[in-house]
Amino acid sequence: MTTQAAIHLIYLISTAFFILSLKWMSHPATARRSVPVGALAMILAIGGTLLYPEIVGYQWVITAIIIGAVLGVPLALVPLTAVPQRTALSHAFGGLAAGLVGTAKYYLWLGEHGLTPFRTGAIVAEIILGFLTFTGSLMAAGKLQEIIPTRPLTYRGQNAVNLALFAGAVAISVLLVANPEHSHYFPVIIGLSLLFGVLIIIPVGGADMPTVISLLNSYAGLSAVAMGFVLENKLLIAAGALDGASGLILSVIMSRAMNRSFRNIMFGAFGKIQSSAAEAEGKSVKSASAEEGAQILVTAQSVIVVPGYGMAVAQAQHGVRDLYNELTKRGIDVKFAIHPVAGRMPGHMNVLLAEAEIPYDRLFEMDAVNPDFPQTDVSLVIGANDVVNPAAHHDTSSPIFGMPILDAGKAKSVLVIKRSMNPGFAGIENELFYQDNTLMLFGDAKTMIAELVRELAKEK
Amino acid sequence: MNIDFITLAFVLVLATFVGLEVVKNVSRLLHTPLMSLTNAISAIAAVGSIIIAGEQITTLSTILGTVALAASMTNIVSGFLLTERMLKMFKKRESKKK
Repeated sequence: MTTQAAIHLIYLISTAFFILSLKWMSHPATARRSVPVGALAMILAIGGTLLYPEIVGYQWVITAIIIGAVLGVPLALVPLTAVPQRTALSHAFGGLAAGLVGTAKYYLWLGEHGLTPFRTGAIVAEIILGFLTFTGSLMAAGKLQEIIPTRPLTYRGQNAVNLALFAGAVAISVLLVANPEHSHYFPVIIGLSLLFGVLIIIPVGGADMPTVISLLNSYAGLSAVAMGFVLENKLLIAAGALDGASGLILSVIMSRAMNRSFRNIMFGAFGKIQSSAAEAEGKSVKSASAEEGAQILVTAQSVIVVPGYGMAVAQAQHGVRDLYNELTKRGIDVKFAIHPVAGRMPGHMNVLLAEAEIPYDRLFEMDAVNPDFPQTDVSLVIGANDVVNPAAHHDTSSPIFGMPILDAGKAKSVLVIKRSMNPGFAGIENELFYQDNTLMLFGDAKTMIAELVRELAKEK
Repeated sequence: MNIDFITLAFVLVLATFVGLEVVKNVSRLLHTPLMSLTNAISAIAAVGSIIIAGEQITTLSTILGTVALAASMTNIVSGFLLTERMLKMFKKRESKKK
């Protein structure tokens, strides 16, 4: 067998293992196998690549592998509340790698006069996707880390500017593909892609992050696919396509859960709308102390907890575990209702609750848990807002109209832990807070839950 | 258009459909670990970076390849480690206790 054939055989096995790795993620019981088999696939991929006869020196390869390992370990050890920004950063690295390889390949072929329109087209696709994913993901990470304002920043003509920029990049790309050796176009395309990545994330608000992160995940995969076409490498295409497909599915699930289209999320920030604010005037909220809250909980037979981003910000998940223990000890049935876009990335709440050792069979998806709310004594909303706003059902003027929500308001009593009456990210008043069966527990989620636990412990 | 391109497009189409089918069945509980796992998988860009960094044809290409490889390796290491760390946390209710 020739070296070339051996490399391809190794790549084939690697691809099969990558698919198995994703397949085993279907259930928590088998998911633990995903990582070893995925890592094995990657080791095969790298090992096979090192056999290429074109590789003349290993010093830079080894240097880069060491740097990557040194940077990678701390990034794997971030607190789980910081996983969304770590993920965004990781997409940025993926995009950067694709962009740089595309750039290197362009200038290599330019020097050898090896640029064909096909190769140039693949390179252009790779660098546009790569570099826009790079800056877009950096912006997303900056917003998630709150280095950059998380509010959507909009200005007049924003969409026109973005579209014009993108059209410009495409037009110059077409010119370059037609004349691959007109290399002065190349840096312009890089520049426009970098700029476009920044501009598309500027109008995105915090609550859109789950969708945007999923989209960027998909782009990172697609940029690897494009790299595969540039280097004519089937493994790159296969693995990149798996990632692209995964990001695409997550984006679809997330945007459905917000009742919004991709276009709407990328081009239509709704941060400043305050349409239903007037309607809420004249109504008042009822607030209660932790002691009263604990009284209500202790007399309940069933409780559904609705966690939101507020729980993550306050790092309240461990307190929630104590509360869960106090309640289950008394024979109260406790469930957790997870909205697909609760938090800042897909599955964010599940991971935080799993970290706090809440058994995963107590976590329920929206469609599974919604029919239970009317028969439930108490729903306890912790730092969630838009995902429980009944306006989504009936207020056609509300920006979130049509978004599927958790029917927390249908429980006999509703307890809402919230820092203040400040409306959520979208600036939308939440009529749930004004319902007759709702009591507000004002305070930091972590502190308030600790107080509830203390009060419950007093009750015998 | 040549036969190589068709072969590559073949792989793309099949892998995309396999990916869609497989990921569709991923438990919603595990969407965050799924994303960090796919971060690691898309760092397959390491393969391209190794070739560029190892060929050492021009200084520019070697530098770009090395940086790209370092970025990809970061994703590989942190992606797999973080996924493992998160998956370890998903436990069923321990029925023995209490």
